[in-house]
Amino acid sequence: MLSWPILSLIVFLPLLGALVIAAIPSHGEAETRNARWIALWVTLVTFAISLVLVWKFDPKSADFQFEEKYRWLEGAIVYHMGVDGISLPFVVLTTGLMPICIIASWGAIQKRVKEYMIAFLVLETLMVGTFVALDLVLFYLFFEGGLIPMFLIIGVWGGPRRVYASFKFFLYTLLGSVLMLLAIMALYWDGGTTDIPMLLHHGFPPNLQKWAWLAFFASFAVKMPMWPVHTWLPDAHVEAPTAGSVILAAILLKMGGYGFLRFSLPMFPTASHDFAPLVFTLSVVAIVYTSLVALVQEDMKKLIAYSSVAHMGFVTMGIFAATTQGIAGGIFQMISHGIVSGALFLCVGVVYDRMHTREISAYGGLVNRMPFYAVAFMIFTLANVALPGTSGFIGEFLTLIGTFRINIAVAVFATLGTILSAAYALYLYRRVVFGVLDKPALAGILDLDYREIITLAPLAVLAILLGVFPQPVIDLSAASVAQLVDGYTHALNGAHATALLMR
Amino acid sequence: MNDALFTLLPALPELVLAVGAMALLMLGAFRGEETAVTVNWLAIALLVAAGAVTLWLPNGTLTTFGGSFVVDDFARFLKLLALTGSAGAILMSFDYLAVEKQQRFEYPILILLATTGMLMLISAADLIALYLGLELMSLALYVIAAINRDSSRSSEAGLKYFILGALSSGMLLYGASLVYGFTGTVTFAGIAKAANPGNIGLIMGLVFLCAGFCFKVSAVPFHMWTPDVYEGAPTPVTAFFAAAPKVAGIAMFVRATIAAFPGVVPQWQQIVVFVAIASMALGAFAAIGQRNIKRLMAYSSIGHMGFALIGLAAATSDGVEGVLVYMAIYLAMTLGTFAVILAMRRDGHMVEGIGDLAGLARTDPTLAFFLAMLLFSLAGIPPLAGFFAKFYVFLAAIKAGLITLAVIGVVTSVVGAYYYLSIVKIMYFDEPAKPFAPMPNELKIVLAVTGLFNLLFFVYPGPLIAVASAAAKSLF
Repeated sequence: MLSWPILSLIVFLPLLGALVIAAIPSHGEAETRNARWIALWVTLVTFAISLVLVWKFDPKSADFQFEEKYRWLEGAIVYHMGVDGISLPFVVLTTGLMPICIIASWGAIQKRVKEYMIAFLVLETLMVGTFVALDLVLFYLFFEGGLIPMFLIIGVWGGPRRVYASFKFFLYTLLGSVLMLLAIMALYWDGGTTDIPMLLHHGFPPNLQKWAWLAFFASFAVKMPMWPVHTWLPDAHVEAPTAGSVILAAILLKMGGYGFLRFSLPMFPTASHDFAPLVFTLSVVAIVYTSLVALVQEDMKKLIAYSSVAHMGFVTMGIFAATTQGIAGGIFQMISHGIVSGALFLCVGVVYDRMHTREISAYGGLVNRMPFYAVAFMIFTLANVALPGTSGFIGEFLTLIGTFRINIAVAVFATLGTILSAAYALYLYRRVVFGVLDKPALAGILDLDYREIITLAPLAVLAILLGVFPQPVIDLSAASVAQLVDGYTHALNGAHATALLMR
Repeated sequence: MNDALFTLLPALPELVLAVGAMALLMLGAFRGEETAVTVNWLAIALLVAAGAVTLWLPNGTLTTFGGSFVVDDFARFLKLLALTGSAGAILMSFDYLAVEKQQRFEYPILILLATTGMLMLISAADLIALYLGLELMSLALYVIAAINRDSSRSSEAGLKYFILGALSSGMLLYGASLVYGFTGTVTFAGIAKAANPGNIGLIMGLVFLCAGFCFKVSAVPFHMWTPDVYEGAPTPVTAFFAAAPKVAGIAMFVRATIAAFPGVVPQWQQIVVFVAIASMALGAFAAIGQRNIKRLMAYSSIGHMGFALIGLAAATSDGVEGVLVYMAIYLAMTLGTFAVILAMRRDGHMVEGIGDLAGLARTDPTLAFFLAMLLFSLAGIPPLAGFFAKFYVFLAAIKAGLITLAVIGVVTSVVGAYYYLSIVKIMYFDEPAKPFAPMPNELKIVLAVTGLFNLLFFVYPGPLIAVASAAAKSLF
C-alpha cells in the first residue's frame, strides 16, 4: 500500500493544473501555447500516476483498495475514495484518453484556448472523481458537476446548433439525476450512511429497492443512454468539438454503465432481477432500432453516435444478465467502446478539420490521397463491427454468451444487431474512403500529420491488442466481478427462500 | 438598577442598533446631506457591533420582557445572517448612490431601523412582540422602496408594497386575534399548550397567520408585489430586499409554526406544502420569460423561498436545519448576484436587461465566471453551495415522508435550471456587447467573498452544517 493519497492526487491534479492555467497572465500567443503545454503535461503526469495505481493494484482482492477517508459533511457523510476491479479500468481509460484529447484539440481549437483547457482539466477531475468516490453524496457531486464543464465545452466551442444541443444535454441529464438524488437520500435514511461499501452489504427492503432502482435507472439510463431517452446524444455529439465528442462517447457514457454495476445490481438485487426483462427489452430495441437509424444517417458524427447507443445496448444487456460472462463482457465492451468510438470521433475530426463538413456525401475516395488515414479508419471501423481479432469482438461475444445463458431470445435479437452494425459501419467506410476521388474540394486533401498519428496510433494498437490478448483487462476486474455475481445470486436465493417461507 | 439593566441584556444587539440609529439620525439632521457617506460607514460599523454583541451574549437560551423575547441558538444564527445581509446591502450601495446622486443619510438609517425590526422579529416569542418587530421592519422597508422620490417607478413600488403589506399585516393581526380569542394567550408556549386539532377557530387563526407570513417571505399566492417592487426599487434596495428581510420572514414563519403550533402540525403542514409547491413552480416557470434581470431575480427568490419552505414542511429538527443552511447559502448567493447586477453600468447608466450581459465572458472573464458559478449554484448544481442548500431541505423532506413534495421540488429545480442556464448562455455563447464600466471596489469585495464562499463551500462544509444543526435543535 502507498502511504500517500494517490487517488486524491489523481483526482485533483488536473484541477490544480486548471488553476495554474487560470493564473497565467494574458499575453496573446504565449498564453495560448502555455495553456496547451501545461494541460498536456498535467494530463500525462496524471496518466502516469494512474499507471502506478494499476501496478500497485492487487487484482486477486475484490475489496476496495487505496482507500482514503476524511471527515467532510457532518454526520455519516464522509470523504471516502477507493478503487476496485470494476472502477480501476475506467479510471485508466479516463486518464489515458485525456492527453489524446488535448493533442487532438491542439490545432482544432483556436479561440479561447485557455478557457478550453481549463474546462477539460476540470472535467477530468470530475470524471475520475465519479469513478473513485465511495460515498454516494460524493459520487453525486462529481457525477453531476461534470455537467457544467461539458455544457460550456459544447456551448462555447461547438457547431452551429450548439446552444440547443448544450441545453438539451444539460437539462436531460439533470432531470434524470435529480431523481437519483432523492433515492440517495432515501437510502441514507434507511441505511444510516451514504458509505458505498457499507450500503453494499446493507440489504434494502424490497419496496425501497424497487423505487430506488427506478430512480437510479432514470439517471443512468439517460447517461448511458438507453433507448428511448437517448435523443440528447446525437445532438450533443454532432455539435460538440471533436475532443468533446471523444470524452462524451468514451467516458461520460460509461458513467451510466458504471452506475449500474456499482449501485443498481449489488444494492438492489431483487429489483434488478425483477426489472431485468425491462432492461433486456430496451437494450434489444436500442441495438436493433438505433442500428437501423444509423444506417440512414447523412452526418458522420450522428452515425457514430447512434452506433454508440446500439453498443451500449450490449452493455446493459450483459450487465443485467448478471452472469460472470455478461458482466465481464459489459465492462470489457465499455472499455473497448471507449477506445474505438473515441478513435472514430477523432477520425471524423481529422477530415472535419480539413473540410469543415461532416456530411458523408461530401467525401469519397479518400484512400487515394490519405492511405494512412484509410488504414486507421479501417481498423476502428472493423473494431466497431466487432470483427474477431479486435477488442469489440471480445466485449460483444462475452455479453452475448452471458445473456444466452439467461434468455435465448434476447441473445438472438441482439446478435442481429452485430450484423446491422457491420452494415452501417462498412457502408460508411465505403462511402467516405473508397470510390473515386472526384470531388474537386478533396483534390488537395492531406494525409494524417504527425500529431494525428500520435493520437490515433496508441488507440489502434490497443484496439487490436485487446482483441487478441484481452486477459489483462478481464483479470483486473475478475475478482470484483466474481464477488458481485456471488452477492447477487446469494441475495436472490435469500429473497426466494423468504418468499417460499411466506407462502 | 443593575438588575433592570441585566434583564435587558438579551436585547442588547437591538438596543445598540436602535440607539445608534437615533444618534446617526441626529448627526445627519444637524450636519446635513454631506454626512451621507460617513453615516453609511457608521451604519455598517453599528451592524458589525450588533453582530459582535450577538456573539458575545452568554450561551444558552436567554429570555426577557416576561418571556416575549428569546435569544436561543436559532435566533443567534438568523440574527447574524440578517446583520450580514444588511451590512452587505449598505456596502454595495456606495457607488450607486454616489453616481445616481442619491446620497441621503436617511437611507442607511432606515436600513438600521428595518434591521432592528428584523432582529426583534427573529427573537419574538409571542404574537405581540412578533407584530411589533414586523411593523418596525415593514414600515422602514416601505419607505426605502420609495427612497428615490423623483422616480415614478420607485414611488409606485413603495406604494404598492405599502398597500399590499398593510393588507397582509391586517390579515396577520386578524389571525393573531383569532388565536388569542380561542386560546386565551399570546405567548407561543401558551398557545402550544392550548392548541389542538379540534379547535376550529384556532385553525382559522393559523391560516390567517400563515397568509401574513407568506406575504413577508413572498411565497405564492401572496407573491404579486415581489416582481414590481424588485424592478421598481433602486437596485441596491432590491439587493437589500432580496436578502435580509427574507431571512427575518423565514425566521418568523419557522419559529411561530414550530414553537406555537406543535399540536396541529398536519394542519399547517398542508398549508406549507401547498405554498412550497406553488412557489417553486411559479418561480421556475414565470422566470423563463423575463428579460429584466431584477424581475428575474424576483421570481428566482420566490422559487427559493419555496425550496426553503420544504424544510419547514418537514416540521422536524432536520427540516429546520435545512431551512437554516438554505437561508445562509441563499444569502451569499443573492448578495453575490446583486453585486454583479450593480456592476452592470454602461455609458454612465445602469442597465438591467439580461441581453446586456451578452459576451461578458469575453469582455470581463472574471466577472462572468463568478456570475456563472453563482447562477449554477442558484440552480442547485453540485459541487456549488446551492446544491448543499437544496440537499439538506430535500433530505429532511424524504425523512419526513414527503416524497411527492420532494419529487415536485427537484423537477421544478430542473425547470429553474433552464433560465439560469440561459443567462450563462448569453454570457458565454453570445457575441460580446460593449463592456461595462469598471467595477467599484466595494462590489469586488462582496463578490469575491460571496463567490468564493459559494465556490469553495464543498471543501469544508462541516462547520456551517454543525452550527445550523445546533441552532435547529434549540427550537425543539
